Amino acid sequence: MTITHPGPADDAADTAAAADTAGASPDGAGATPALRFAGVRKRFRDGTVALVDTDLAVRPGEFVSVVGPSGCGKSTLLRIASGLEKATDGTVDVASAGVGYVFQDATLLPWRTVRGNVRLLAELEHLDAAERERRVDEAIGLVGLGGFEKHLPHELSGGMRMRTSLARSLVLDPSIFLFDEPFGALDEITRERLNDELLRMFVLRRFAALFITHSVAEAVFLSTRVVVMSGRPGRVKADLAVPFAYPRAPQLRYSPEFAALCGEVSHHLRSQD
Amino acid sequence: MTTTSPAAATTDPPAPALPEPAPASRPRGRVRAASGGRRGNLASLVLGPAAVLAAFIGLWYGVSDGLLNEQQRFMLPPPHEVVRVGILDGKNFSSMMSALRLTCEVTFSGLAIAIVVGVIVAVAMSQAKWIENALFPWAVVIQTVPVLALTPVLSFFFGFALTSRIIVCVIIAFFPIVSNTLFGLQSVDRGMHELFRLHRTGRWTRLWKLQLPAALPSMFTGFRNAAGLSVIGAIVGEFFFKQGEPGLGTTLSVFTSRLEGERLWATTLTASLLGIAVFVFFGWLSRRVVGRWYQPKRG
Repeated sequence: MTITHPGPADDAADTAAAADTAGASPDGAGATPALRFAGVRKRFRDGTVALVDTDLAVRPGEFVSVVGPSGCGKSTLLRIASGLEKATDGTVDVASAGVGYVFQDATLLPWRTVRGNVRLLAELEHLDAAERERRVDEAIGLVGLGGFEKHLPHELSGGMRMRTSLARSLVLDPSIFLFDEPFGALDEITRERLNDELLRMFVLRRFAALFITHSVAEAVFLSTRVVVMSGRPGRVKADLAVPFAYPRAPQLRYSPEFAALCGEVSHHLRSQD
Repeated sequence: MTTTSPAAATTDPPAPALPEPAPASRPRGRVRAASGGRRGNLASLVLGPAAVLAAFIGLWYGVSDGLLNEQQRFMLPPPHEVVRVGILDGKNFSSMMSALRLTCEVTFSGLAIAIVVGVIVAVAMSQAKWIENALFPWAVVIQTVPVLALTPVLSFFFGFALTSRIIVCVIIAFFPIVSNTLFGLQSVDRGMHELFRLHRTGRWTRLWKLQLPAALPSMFTGFRNAAGLSVIGAIVGEFFFKQGEPGLGTTLSVFTSRLEGERLWATTLTASLLGIAVFVFFGWLSRRVVGRWYQPKRG
C-alpha cells in the first residue's frame, strides 16, 4: 500500500554523510530514526480524514521534504510530530526533546526587536542569561541579520522576518527541525537565497529536518529525500532519494540532473493511483 | 538519476545564468514616511477646525444677540460676557478651579479603580471559558443598568458625598475597559499561541510575555473611552451627591437654579475641556507605549 524505497534512501544518507565536512555524523543504516511515523492516521473532529497509513522515518542528519497537493495533510504531519495535534491511530516517535518548529508565518512578537524575538525561545526554556546572549549573537550572525538587531518586525522585509524566525529556533540548537512551508510567501529570489542559507546551516549543524513545501524545486534542492504525498486523505505515495552531495552550490539548480529529478517528483505528484 | 519524464518540462525552467545576488534588503521606512506625509497637512489640520470654531462663535453671537431678548439672554450670554464673568473674575475663577480639582479627583479615582478591577476581571475571563461565561453577562448588566436609577440605592449605602460619586464613575467606566481588554487578550494570533505551547509555557508566562503586550493597543482604546466616560460619571455623580466640597457638577446645578448663564457656560466649557484633556492624554500615552510597534489600520 505504502510505497517506500529504503534502498536508495540509505544510499543517499551515506552519500550525504560522506560529503559532510564535519564527517563524524553518527548516521548510517542502523541508526535510530530521529523521527518516525508508523501507521499514522488522523481524523479530525469534523470527520475529515487528513492522513491514512502514513509511514515515514527521518534519520539523524537527513533532510526530508514532503510535497503534495493542497490539503493532503502535509502540515498535519508536522503538527503531529511537534505534538500540536494528536494522531488518531499509529505511533510517532521523536528521538529528542530538542525540536525546532518554523511556522508558515514568521510569527514574531511585533513589540520585540529582532534581538528580543531571537531571544524568546531561550527565555521560555530558561537558558542561563550569559549562555543565552552568546547563542543569540551566534544565531543572528548565522542568519545574516547582524546590524538589524534593534529593528522591529514591521520594519523588516518578509525574508528578513523569516530569517529572524529561523534564528529564534537555531538558538536552542535543535537536533530535529520541522519546517511548515516557511518560504512559501516569499518571492522566488528571496526564497532561493534563503534555501542556500538554510543548506549552509544544515551542513554546519546537521540537524534532522522535515520540510513541508509546495515547490518541487525547493524540495529537490534542499533534501536528501523527497517524499510525495497523495491527495486527501494523505499518505506517502513515493519516496525518492536525492543523490547530490552537500554542500550544494546554487548552480546545482541549473544542472540537467536536477531538472530530471524535479521532473520525476512532478510526475509522481501528478500521477493518479 | 535516470528517470526523465514529460513532466520535467513543467518544472521551473533553468535560468540562463545565476541571478545577481539581491542587495541586502533594507528596513522599510513606510511608517515614518506615512506620518511625515500627515505632518505635511498640518495647515489643513489646524485651519479646518479653526474655521469651524469661528463659525460656531459667530452662531453663538447670532443666537445670543439676534434671537434672544434681554430676559432670555441668561440662556446663552454672548461669549465675551461668559469670559468676563466666568473666567476673568478672579473670585469665580478660583472657585471654579477648586471645583475642577475635586471633579478631577473623582474622575481619576473612579477611572483608576475601574482600570484595576476591569483589567483583573478581563484577565480572569481570558484564562478560562467558564469564568468568562459566568462574568461577562454581568459586566454587560453593569453597562446597561441606567446609572441614574441606581443613585437612590447608592445613597442609602454610601451617603451623598465623595464615595458615591466615585462609585458612579466606576460603574460607568467599567465596561469599555473589560470588553476591550478581553478582546485584546483573546485576539492573539493562533500561531503565537502554538509557539508558546510548543515550549510548554506556563499560563503566567504566556500572559505576561504574549497576551498582555498583545492586548495593550486594545486596552488603551478601552482606557481612553473609559476616561471620557468617567468625566461624565463624575459630573453626573456630583449632580446627585452634593454633600461635601462642590465639584463642577455641583456648581453646574447651583448656577442653573440661579439662572446664572455666564457662570453656567463657563463651567460647562471647563467640564468639556477636562473631558478633552483626558481623552488627548490617553491618546498620547497610547502612542508613547505602543506607537512604536502598533499602527492602527487606516481607512
